[in-house]
Amino acid sequence: MSARVSIRGAAVASRAATAHDTHIAPIRFGRDLVTVARRSLRAASREPAAVIPSLIIPIFFFAVNVGSLGGIANAMTGLDYTAFELPVAVVFAVTGVSRASALVADISSGYFERLLLTPISRLALLLGMMAADFVLVILLCLPVLAMGFVVGVHFVTGVVGMAAFVLLSAIWGVAFTGFPYAIALRTRNPGAVSASFILFFPFAFLTTAYVPREALSGWLATVAAFNPVTYILEGLRSLVMTGWDAGPLLGGGVATAIVGTISIGLSLAALRRRVRIP
Amino acid sequence: MNHIAIEPAAIEASDLVRSFRDTRAVDGVSMTIRAGEIYGFLGPNGAGKTTTVRMLTTLLRPTSGSARIAGIDVSREPGRVRMRIGVALQEASLDLGQTGRELLELQAQLFSMRPDVARRRLDDLIAMVDIGDALDRRVKTYSGGMRRRLDLALALVHEPSVLFLDEPTTGLDPVSRREVWNEVRHLNRERGLTVFLTTQYLEEADELAHRVGIIADGRIVAEGTPDELKKKVGRDVVVVRVEGEPDLAHAAVVGLPDVERVDVGGHEVRLMVGDGPAAIPQVAARLAVADGIKVTEMTLRRPTLDDVFLEFAGREMTQSRQGAAA
Repeated sequence: MSARVSIRGAAVASRAATAHDTHIAPIRFGRDLVTVARRSLRAASREPAAVIPSLIIPIFFFAVNVGSLGGIANAMTGLDYTAFELPVAVVFAVTGVSRASALVADISSGYFERLLLTPISRLALLLGMMAADFVLVILLCLPVLAMGFVVGVHFVTGVVGMAAFVLLSAIWGVAFTGFPYAIALRTRNPGAVSASFILFFPFAFLTTAYVPREALSGWLATVAAFNPVTYILEGLRSLVMTGWDAGPLLGGGVATAIVGTISIGLSLAALRRRVRIP
Repeated sequence: MNHIAIEPAAIEASDLVRSFRDTRAVDGVSMTIRAGEIYGFLGPNGAGKTTTVRMLTTLLRPTSGSARIAGIDVSREPGRVRMRIGVALQEASLDLGQTGRELLELQAQLFSMRPDVARRRLDDLIAMVDIGDALDRRVKTYSGGMRRRLDLALALVHEPSVLFLDEPTTGLDPVSRREVWNEVRHLNRERGLTVFLTTQYLEEADELAHRVGIIADGRIVAEGTPDELKKKVGRDVVVVRVEGEPDLAHAAVVGLPDVERVDVGGHEVRLMVGDGPAAIPQVAARLAVADGIKVTEMTLRRPTLDDVFLEFAGREMTQSRQGAAA
């Protein structure tokens, strides 16, 4: 009985506290974002099975590509093919990683509605998950980089270049997450969300994944010229192979910004359809 | 605390309508629920209960009409309404991958509660949930009853003044159901919480609600205290259990002078009669000579909410179906 009575005491106190807990909007938004991101990361850490395939695919491709083509490429062009392929591995690792399937699970369990019943900003619900994705893709970059070092890749731009390499990769990864989130919010179908990775396939192969742009010809050269992944790869490769060069970095940044605007725009539109904003 | 103004109603809806494509799931619902009341919202599946709750709890925008919680408009100020309401939706809405404690703490953070206040509050709620060590295990290991209790605690973290329970005991065993009832009664009595409860179970509304609204086809067809509603039916009920084809029993007793209405459900035939003691001998005599059936039990009782429901919701639904066909 005493526990019951004390609920009452806490009731009065908490009502007073919440009533006076008026925060400046941006601070409140930032805090909500961190709260949502922390929950997402905690959940991700409990399901490593959802993340590990993201590492197996790039490592597999890296090994196969370098093993089968590295000798020829090096003999014909003098290209350091391991350094040339490392950015491909990183882009494969970070693209399509998101908490969108967890969002589908939240929607179908009803927990998403419990979140909607709190005063938290709807935008923070989505962007918080993307913030968690940002941390996850950075963590995914690290083993791929380590693999590069093991096979002797050397960054001409040094440690700062490596940091820029990870940062650009991670931003690209997050820029792509809008697609799976948009699919999650529209379809609420876990199958459709996992299939969203297929969206990336034409982008991943109709580009300079295997050979430099000069070696592409005909329709493939045309497609590659319009493929944002081409510019991401050029930006990343410049950091590994040629040094600080504003041109390719800017190209990579602009390509990422364009993809990010489209994908995150789509996910925000899907969010708006699903929930009332504000 | 010198409020001069009269306290606004806990829940007030006027002419709420919600259409989905060409159907009107909620078709002009108005209601006023006083602070401290337990209101039972009773209706079959698809009657519009959940749609009404979703509008009152800011999850769904009304097509037309308006609603206020403690005087705050749900469409204009959903954020303020959310601070006042606690909601436990149909089937526990939980994240199975997190622990009970993590979910409670997250809830307190999302409501921006001060850490010290939150800690005290959570200690009290943890005592209420009463699941011991399981609190630090993931929710997927919880039983149905534990999940409901946790879900209820989550709805209460921010100390709401109005609690919405959407079919809180659907799928629970009788013991867990009683526990939920006791908890709801307790929250209402000890803390003055207003409770809006939707249910398909007449027993539940009868047990808990101070006042009951019956919804059918998106409209409230009857409203009042359980006793008032039973009085509206105002008759005795004779229940006959038969072996054999119950429709034959129906045919045998229908048309008897004192029998106003006969319903068949399973092996039970239920007769609404004006005067029970007077009707029983006639009913028994007819059934005794009817072919193909054997009476195993015959009881006389006062009407229950079940009968009320059949009276109002049942008739109303038949009428509107005819209306749609015409």
